[in-house]
Amino acid sequence: MSKIWTIARREYKQYFTSPAAYAVAAMILLIIGLIFVSEVSSGIDSFGQYVPDVINIIFPISFLFLFAIPAITMHVFSEETNSGTIELLLTAPIRDWEVVIGKWLGAFLFMLTIIGTTWVYPIALNYMIDPGIDQGVLLSGYLGLAFVAGVFVAIGVTISTFFSSQVASFITTMGVFIVMWWLIPIPARLGGTAWAELMNYLDFNSHFAATLAIGTIALSDIVYFVSVITFALLVGTVSLETRRWR
Amino acid sequence: MIQVKGLSKDYGSRVAIEDLNFNAKRGEILGFLGPNGAGKTTTMRILAGYMPPSEGKATVAGFDVVEESMEVRKRVGYLPENVPLYGDMTVYDYLKFMADLRQIEEREERIYEAIETVGLEERAFSYIGKLSKGLRQRAGLAQALLHEPDVLILDEPTIGLDPAQIIEFRKLIQNIGKERTVMLSTHILSEAQQVCDRVLIINNGQIVVEDSPENLQARLAGAQQVALRVDGDDDGLDKVLNKVKGVTRVQREKDGSLVIETSSGKDVRPEMARAIIKAKYDLLEMRPVGMSLEDIFLELTRENAGPPELMDDQEYEEAE
Repeated sequence: MSKIWTIARREYKQYFTSPAAYAVAAMILLIIGLIFVSEVSSGIDSFGQYVPDVINIIFPISFLFLFAIPAITMHVFSEETNSGTIELLLTAPIRDWEVVIGKWLGAFLFMLTIIGTTWVYPIALNYMIDPGIDQGVLLSGYLGLAFVAGVFVAIGVTISTFFSSQVASFITTMGVFIVMWWLIPIPARLGGTAWAELMNYLDFNSHFAATLAIGTIALSDIVYFVSVITFALLVGTVSLETRRWR
Repeated sequence: MIQVKGLSKDYGSRVAIEDLNFNAKRGEILGFLGPNGAGKTTTMRILAGYMPPSEGKATVAGFDVVEESMEVRKRVGYLPENVPLYGDMTVYDYLKFMADLRQIEEREERIYEAIETVGLEERAFSYIGKLSKGLRQRAGLAQALLHEPDVLILDEPTIGLDPAQIIEFRKLIQNIGKERTVMLSTHILSEAQQVCDRVLIINNGQIVVEDSPENLQARLAGAQQVALRVDGDDDGLDKVLNKVKGVTRVQREKDGSLVIETSSGKDVRPEMARAIIKAKYDLLEMRPVGMSLEDIFLELTRENAGPPELMDDQEYEEAE
């Protein structure tokens, strides 16, 4: 466990020396800030008819993950492969799965840090409107964001084990996210068949946008997110292991 | 400490090493020589636990590199050719990271000891990215020494260092090698001769020669080359040179000079000079050519990879 933590700590700290990480954090905070301002102004303008809602902050954050998380995870293994430091990790007395989990944890904690800073907006909103925002929705929405980030980071970290080029990692990761976000829901919406049922289960928006983001916390959704993270990291470990045979 | 039996590795259709066999004892510095692509790095990676062999068995400190990889990794200090460093960390942070990964007790003590051994005291808190090539090499070595490994595997440790640094580095390795087993690869013959107790020459994935540097030098003295520059060079000159006793081959270089290969340890220069003058050619230049490692490989691999014949003592003395 302490080895995983050692890897995670180094990964986390590294983001604070990385311009890409700052750019991502700035992008998220800026865009969410703009959305917040427009939310608040439109909410006050149409007074009585429209009340600003935290969902209008939470959902855009999850959308920004599509671009932000590939930028955060693209370097994880690609850079190590490129600079040769992967040889250091793979010859240290640490198991491959410990490396993968440590890397994921470090990147995930960094994403949580960014997500955490966006709390200022709902908190501010809470003081601006009367009788305040729905605290339950805020909590479950942010829990949902954390799970979505966990899944996306796991996929991004795994994809970065495939490439020594960060650009290739970035583009592939974003491609996978786009498939998950827009393409899987299409057969899912058709409904009826077992195939559509399966797609509906795989569609993570049915576990986030339709539930956690609007204040429903269900065990089945949490199981879904945890199993997707586990599966992605398993693939990442296998990928790292097969690298030894190449 | 290191035992290698029938070790082979192929990358798909390309064979990197084939049926390697060798041992190294505690306190021995083993030199691994070969041209680029000979299989040095592959062998060292297998021993360090980076990748498994395709066939054969290797043990380090009594542990199998595949079955007991974790035990092997705990006991090996490995410095890959492409020194693995994080440029965004200071030397101290980097070593602390490695010490934590290796779960070293008395962490601070070991870190400072390693920094002191490689002489990086003044730069311990500099960012690695800002260090010069030689200092980075030392930081990499400090990482390999951190956990006081039984076996130290260094892949081309002196590449990219300036001459003064190389001398210092060799001293350092010799000191370390007193208590530990060191295996280092290089393609500089003189380096292996100075530092190593035993030298393995590897070519095309196979061991060509295994011997002490002293014996190796003696073997190599058996084949010497002389470069000539002669005014009025023509075909007749070949005949003249070939008549000189001991000349085995005459070769023309692009720049107009001639390279003469001689077989025995006997110095053919006086006789050759006389022969050239006698045949009314003007001798402009004559100098012995030191054999490069590539020449040695050609020499060693020419007769079906068999080692060249050893000279007897008398010939050896003459050659000296």
